[in-house]
Amino acid sequence: MNRRSEILVGLTTLIRKEIKRFLRIWVQTLVPPAVTMSLYFVIFGSLIGPRIGSMDGLDYIQFMIPGLIMMSVITNSYANVVSSFYSVKFQKSIEELLVSPMPNWAILVGFVAGGVCRGVIIGFVVFCVSLLFYPAFTVVNPALTITVLFLTAILFSLMGFINAVFADSFDDISIIPTFVLTPLIYLGGVFYSINILPDIWRNISMANPMLYVVNTFREGMLGVSDVSIPFALSMIVLFIVLLSSACLYLLNKGIGIRQ
Amino acid sequence: MNKFALEITNLKKTYDSGAVALKGINLTVAEGDFFALLGPNGAGKSSTIGIIGSLVTKTDGKVKIFDIDIDKNFPEAKRMLGVVSQEINFNNFEKVMDIVTTQAGFYGIPLGLAKEKTETVLKRLGLWDKRDEQARNLSGGFKRRLMIAKALIHEPKLLILDEPTAGVDIELRREMWDFLREINEAGTTIILTTHYLEEAEQLCKNIAIIDHGDLVENTSMKNLLSRLDVQGFILDVNEPLETAPVIPNFLLVLDDPLTLSVAIQKDQSINELFQHLSEQGIQVNSLRNESNRLEEMFIEMVKKSSS
Repeated sequence: MNRRSEILVGLTTLIRKEIKRFLRIWVQTLVPPAVTMSLYFVIFGSLIGPRIGSMDGLDYIQFMIPGLIMMSVITNSYANVVSSFYSVKFQKSIEELLVSPMPNWAILVGFVAGGVCRGVIIGFVVFCVSLLFYPAFTVVNPALTITVLFLTAILFSLMGFINAVFADSFDDISIIPTFVLTPLIYLGGVFYSINILPDIWRNISMANPMLYVVNTFREGMLGVSDVSIPFALSMIVLFIVLLSSACLYLLNKGIGIRQ
Repeated sequence: MNKFALEITNLKKTYDSGAVALKGINLTVAEGDFFALLGPNGAGKSSTIGIIGSLVTKTDGKVKIFDIDIDKNFPEAKRMLGVVSQEINFNNFEKVMDIVTTQAGFYGIPLGLAKEKTETVLKRLGLWDKRDEQARNLSGGFKRRLMIAKALIHEPKLLILDEPTAGVDIELRREMWDFLREINEAGTTIILTTHYLEEAEQLCKNIAIIDHGDLVENTSMKNLLSRLDVQGFILDVNEPLETAPVIPNFLLVLDDPLTLSVAIQKDQSINELFQHLSEQGIQVNSLRNESNRLEEMFIEMVKKSSS
């Protein structure tokens, strides 16, 4: 067997393992986002939404749908990789990979692919839930929507990987999602357009990277956005390149995984 | 033609904490050997194994596996190598079958073939009946076997086992010995670290002792044992004694009224001792070694190295 086939088999094995992992515990991984998002749609969409009126010329529930899908994709792709990679470190089963001939880039791709799969599946589940509350929803630009969906899942899977590399305890894998990721997502235009904010807060919001991810996705689904799409897409791609390089550097140096 | 399964040259390891684990050891293990790597806790055995298996980053030195430099072609070197770590290193919530099949996949073995190989290795190690059980439900001994199954799935030419029988009951340990002998006879080179010196004596042809990051001995087991000058024996006597009998050239110690211990030099005859005891009317009911012969020598060597 040549080296390329060997790596391909190793990579598909790791991806299969990662997908099986979150599917095996589907009650913990796939159901909660569906339940949580249903509550958002009931409370903010159906109950409070009509009193809020329109946002950027759209029904409030319609405006919220892309933001809530993105929120689920971000948190789940991040959570999948950070918990999975930290678990293999904690259980020492990372040694199964380290002693094998698999290159570091394939290990990274395997874990990120697991995070992307979970993020995309959750995104689809939340979209299906949203259709129950807003059956008339149609996607304006499917190509952009799917592109942003995958790019976002890749970006936050990479972030989760870096978090797991440096984590020394289970506390360390929940600090960033709780204290950094969640506030940035909530303030990143999931529930509102930054055009309704005073100038100073609107300018501060422009420094929030989540704003670009959420708005680019909203542009794909609804055709409305608060930010420049080419700029946002370039930044997402740039950060994917930078974070991938950082992950490979950490793996090659053995930081957090080799003594 | 190269006949070494492993060549280690000037291997050094200093951890980030500043602890020096290896001070520059040189070691060769011949192809087909059954080799013991001994040393007290913290001597540097696991660091050595970790470096060979890519679990620890070396500070300096060279490691070659079947003449393949790990710095130049680690994937090829890894294909030759199977490592059984000291600590359990699989996901306890996965099924036995899945753990081994996945490990095969990481070595590039396609799923269909991986399943066939897994069946073979699990049957060989008596784990086939447990294939659908989660690993956490296995006993300590079966978990050890599972570790060996994982390490053997890609049929390595060099198998390294870091204390494989720690915490395993005597019966299972003997079964594991038989199994290791069998795969060694079939051509697999084996390097074993263990705290059970009897295990090393029973299984290994050659031996190295590491202490404080230095290699203090590297020789054949036969040669090492032939260097034993003194052996201690325990004698159980049939009548209680008040004092230890005095016999020229033998120093006997009364451990309790019915037990004597004696150190016998290599050139002394044990028959002579029995003759003297008999003349003094002391009957010996049974005789046994005071401790494992190799253990005595090991302790002596480690003491010397420490001083």
